[in-house]
Amino acid sequence: MATPVTTVPDRPATTAPGAPGAVPRLRAGRRRHTPGGPRRSVLLTLLTGLILLYSLLPLVWLVISATKSQSGLAHSFGLWFDGHFALWDNIGQTFTYHDGVFVRWLLNTLLYVVLGAGGATLLAVLGGYALAKFSFPGKRAVFAVVIGAVAVPGTALAVPTFLMFSNMGLTNTPWAVIIPSLISPFGLYLMWVFASEAIPTELMEAARIDGAGEARTFFTVALPLLAPGIVTVLLFSMVATWNNYFLPLIMIKDPDWYPLTLGLNSWNAQAETAGGQPVFHLVVTGSLITILPLIAAFLLLQKYWQSGLAAGSVKE
Amino acid sequence: MTVISPPAAGGRPPAATRRDRRGLAGWGFIAPFMTVFALVFLAPIAYSVWLSLYRTRLIGGTTFVGLDNYRQALHDDQFWAALGRVSLFLCVQVPVMLGIALLVALALDSGRLYGKDFFRIAIFLPYAVPAVVATLMWGFLYGTRFGLVGDIDDALGVTLPDPLSPHLVLASIGNIVTWEFVGYNMLIFYSALRVVPHSLYEAAEIDGAGQLRVITAIKLPAIRGALVIATIFSVIGSFQLFNEPSILQPLARNAITTDYTPNYYTYSLSFSGQQHNYSATVAIVMGLITMVIAYVVQTRGMRKGA
Repeated sequence: MATPVTTVPDRPATTAPGAPGAVPRLRAGRRRHTPGGPRRSVLLTLLTGLILLYSLLPLVWLVISATKSQSGLAHSFGLWFDGHFALWDNIGQTFTYHDGVFVRWLLNTLLYVVLGAGGATLLAVLGGYALAKFSFPGKRAVFAVVIGAVAVPGTALAVPTFLMFSNMGLTNTPWAVIIPSLISPFGLYLMWVFASEAIPTELMEAARIDGAGEARTFFTVALPLLAPGIVTVLLFSMVATWNNYFLPLIMIKDPDWYPLTLGLNSWNAQAETAGGQPVFHLVVTGSLITILPLIAAFLLLQKYWQSGLAAGSVKE
Repeated sequence: MTVISPPAAGGRPPAATRRDRRGLAGWGFIAPFMTVFALVFLAPIAYSVWLSLYRTRLIGGTTFVGLDNYRQALHDDQFWAALGRVSLFLCVQVPVMLGIALLVALALDSGRLYGKDFFRIAIFLPYAVPAVVATLMWGFLYGTRFGLVGDIDDALGVTLPDPLSPHLVLASIGNIVTWEFVGYNMLIFYSALRVVPHSLYEAAEIDGAGQLRVITAIKLPAIRGALVIATIFSVIGSFQLFNEPSILQPLARNAITTDYTPNYYTYSLSFSGQQHNYSATVAIVMGLITMVIAYVVQTRGMRKGA
């Protein structure tokens, strides 16, 4: 599979079992799964490096392009810097263009994320805890309906949801974006699996014997144990809300309520309209500013969400 | 964190009342989710079905037409062409994406990479990029005049094929989607691989199994659940394709029409054509097709070799 770096054979186990040397090989096999154990492979690293390059190259392009002026974008090589370093100028322009509408979009996005993703996480944690730790009438039905809902394409619901919300007078308000964001079937599933693993039933019983009510048991016993799961669900709901495009596209007509995604696309489309002024340098810089908070969140919290995800896959 | 084991009985309310109270508490915890769920999932589905049975005309208003809308959908060439397009997309893009994701996950799990943690997080990063930004970015890169493709043409004096031309644009969209989700799927597979018991590997090595054999006989079967779930989500994603084609559309007007994918078609019907009833019908048909295929993937995937 790979070229060994050292002179030790790459596949220690290809000789017959029981042959002389089986014992050291076995020990080597065990070491395989301890930190720093297996022999590193340059070839495998290079091959995986191709995928790494594919993943990072567009992002490198974005960072480099954000340093260019409008004319620099058109006239210099995409993967190298232009003579004129315009990053600070671009950032300033992005935030001030059209009376600072970008700031407004950023605040809208934050509002949608805090209420939408925060609410989605809260509902998923409560619901997942209920499914994992209580037996109640109708639990099977809840399970069937929610799992069935995962298979329903979200966009198939978009048009009827729009018409419903329109009748209720909710379209063109933040609620039209926030309310549908509150449901994350994936979050519920993840919390459910996580809670089944993470909370020992004996601990809940102990709290109850000590006289704690259900709410108190939940807050003092369950919630701390659920922390890695909560971070994971919160982060993935955040991505879903921060990156949402289709839902606001349908629900929001007023640019003052746009999230960043819709706003950036409207700047990009501006060049196409008659008399529209192309602002590609602002599209590029705005895009970079849009992705930085999420990338920062993923990098800072990686220890938590990765353990949350690993626990989520235990039961598959 | 001391665990006090509960006493055998004594001093606790009778089992039945306790269970009732627990049952109520269980519902209390899940009620908020189910309430919102009913509002944003169940009600729209029901409303959609109701809409699909009516038709609104300029003259005559809204009338009940039974299954007429469904009959129309069955003979709608635009719809079937769009469905064919996403099916082709599905058959090529999903295996490529999941294949790459699986290879990277296996490479990470083998422990043979230098800088493993960097690989894992860096390949995952595109997932944090909104589809809008990803599409705008690739749209710039694809440009033959001012984009990276154009730069390469100028620099090397060649003429690369135009990624936004009618016969390449579907592949170009596939590339964007692959770029966005390889890392996400890689992480799902990798997380699943991490929890495979190590004793299985040791047993395999004693039996003389090589790396390849360990992968095919232990690792892949162990993560079958994750593979099936990733496939289902990818199938659903392909059938819902909307963001990438609709954002690329202004750059490739000849290649991408407003009925390019089923989802784009329902959107156009509803928001440009005001045909809400027929749009709901197409959405329901698409939803049913998606569910059937997801179900087939699930039952076949779980059964194979089990």
